[in-house]
Amino acid sequence: MNKYNPFEKILIYSGILVFMTFILLPFIEMFYASLRPLNHLFRSPYQFYSDDLSFWAYREMWNTVPMLGRYIFNSFFLASCVAILTLLFVIPAAYAYARFKFPAKNTSLYLLLAINMFSGAVILIPLYKLLRTLGLLNSYQSMIIPGVAFLIPTSIWLLKSYFEKIPIDLEEAAFVDGASRVQILRHIIAPLSTPGLVVVGIYAFIGAYAQQFLFAITFNQKKEYMPIPTGLYEFIGYQSVKWNEMMAAALVGMLPVLLLFIFLQKYIVEGLTAGAVKN
Amino acid sequence: MKQKLKSYNAQTYIAYALIAPAAIYIILIVAWPLLETIRLSFTNSSLAGEDYVGLENYQKMFSSKKFNGIVTRTFVWMFFSVSLKLIIGLIGAVLLNANLKGRSIFRVLVMPPWVVPIAIGMLGWLWLYNGYFGIIAGVGMRTGILDGPFGFLAYKQSAFISTIIADVWVGTPMVTVFFLAAMQGVPRDLYEAAYCDGASRWDRFFKITLPQITPVIITMSLLSAIWTFNSFEIIWILTEGGPRGATTTLIIDTYKQALGNYKFGRGAARAVVVMILLMLFAGFYLALLARINKKISHE
Repeated sequence: MNKYNPFEKILIYSGILVFMTFILLPFIEMFYASLRPLNHLFRSPYQFYSDDLSFWAYREMWNTVPMLGRYIFNSFFLASCVAILTLLFVIPAAYAYARFKFPAKNTSLYLLLAINMFSGAVILIPLYKLLRTLGLLNSYQSMIIPGVAFLIPTSIWLLKSYFEKIPIDLEEAAFVDGASRVQILRHIIAPLSTPGLVVVGIYAFIGAYAQQFLFAITFNQKKEYMPIPTGLYEFIGYQSVKWNEMMAAALVGMLPVLLLFIFLQKYIVEGLTAGAVKN
Repeated sequence: MKQKLKSYNAQTYIAYALIAPAAIYIILIVAWPLLETIRLSFTNSSLAGEDYVGLENYQKMFSSKKFNGIVTRTFVWMFFSVSLKLIIGLIGAVLLNANLKGRSIFRVLVMPPWVVPIAIGMLGWLWLYNGYFGIIAGVGMRTGILDGPFGFLAYKQSAFISTIIADVWVGTPMVTVFFLAAMQGVPRDLYEAAYCDGASRWDRFFKITLPQITPVIITMSLLSAIWTFNSFEIIWILTEGGPRGATTTLIIDTYKQALGNYKFGRGAARAVVVMILLMLFAGFYLALLARINKKISHE
């Protein structure tokens, strides 16, 4: 039933080729541009062939934008802070949703989903005024605080489903043996849910890394705190754009999340699709 | 014994205590700002201060031709973007669901646009769309479709289409992955029975796969609509809403009014319109989800 004749095979593979070209072309072209010298890029019409490809741009980019390293560090730092804070808020909440029955449980769970639907742009004005009043504009906090809020809802849903997989019998047995709630949490739930915590933590990290742009352009003007998505725009100069170096830096900037995701994609996708796809 | 565990303490209080930190945080950072936005929309708030002005912001907004154009444009932009995401996503999922060599690699390769920070991915598109040196203009010139350099982001219509394509590029992977997961959840015996009855591959897709994954298709349409509606970075980076407002959607306009000109009051009035529309979408989505979940638990 699942056998394809050669004609069908060719058809499907060419379909995949077209589809994949659309998805991957920007990345391929970014990589190719990063290897070419600038004067080859500035030829019109576009030249498909370059004979002197090199990784020169990957070395030169650190000189063109001296703060590049700092921006990459900032992105990492911001995303890590957001991920850790998100976990701290989410662990107890997800545990409560997984284990307890209480009034308004389902309503509040759905409300969380609804919050996910508001983009940051809707609440920027009050947040801007709030951060200004607190004197937090142009600081790391100005990007961390809103970042955490938008990752809490999905993280609660994800982690809740991991907690639900831990058999309740284990907890009951421990309870009968006289363990307290805190002991149960520390000695049974925590170790068993480590894989889930790692997945949710990495999900939060990737999410935080991805959402930096909006908060960064709105709440932060200081170079020292800029994350890489905004820092990359420094390659756009007054005279011309150093496309090859900008593409090299862009690829370096996206590499960490890409690698993390590829290693853990199975778990993250499983967790995210579980809610939408039930069977 | 279960009873014992339940009565072990006032469950409800523990649960609320555990949820409280997250709840308070969200109330402070999301819920309060939402309400504050509504209040600000009735003021002329700016960096200088604020006064109550009643419905003035709304009257100005709704009587402006420009604003009405923006609303229409937002929905047209959304319609094309969401439809393309769903169609391409469905085709992609069917292709990657075929039992052929290499499909597990393709399934991973489809994801990068989804994971990579949008702001960084858009730099790639800026280069692709470059009118003089970009590959798209280059192919156009070499094949004779274009008779010279063409800045895709410099003209009203082409900028509109170009931003849609970039948005589709960002949104398609997720749609594909969800459709694929749904297709794999369809019970195999349905296909086997149909196969024994002599149903063609085509029949099996339209009579089994499609009806079986309909709930996911509907869910994803709504979710995509919401995310597309919220799409900010893509347009902001590619065109900043230009040329001459051709790609200014509601979100872009809200941002420009509020934080470009620091006219918080006017921006807030636009944000309220965005909020109301989003609440409609969210209401639809949650009602649908509740229905689907009910159906599942009844089966």
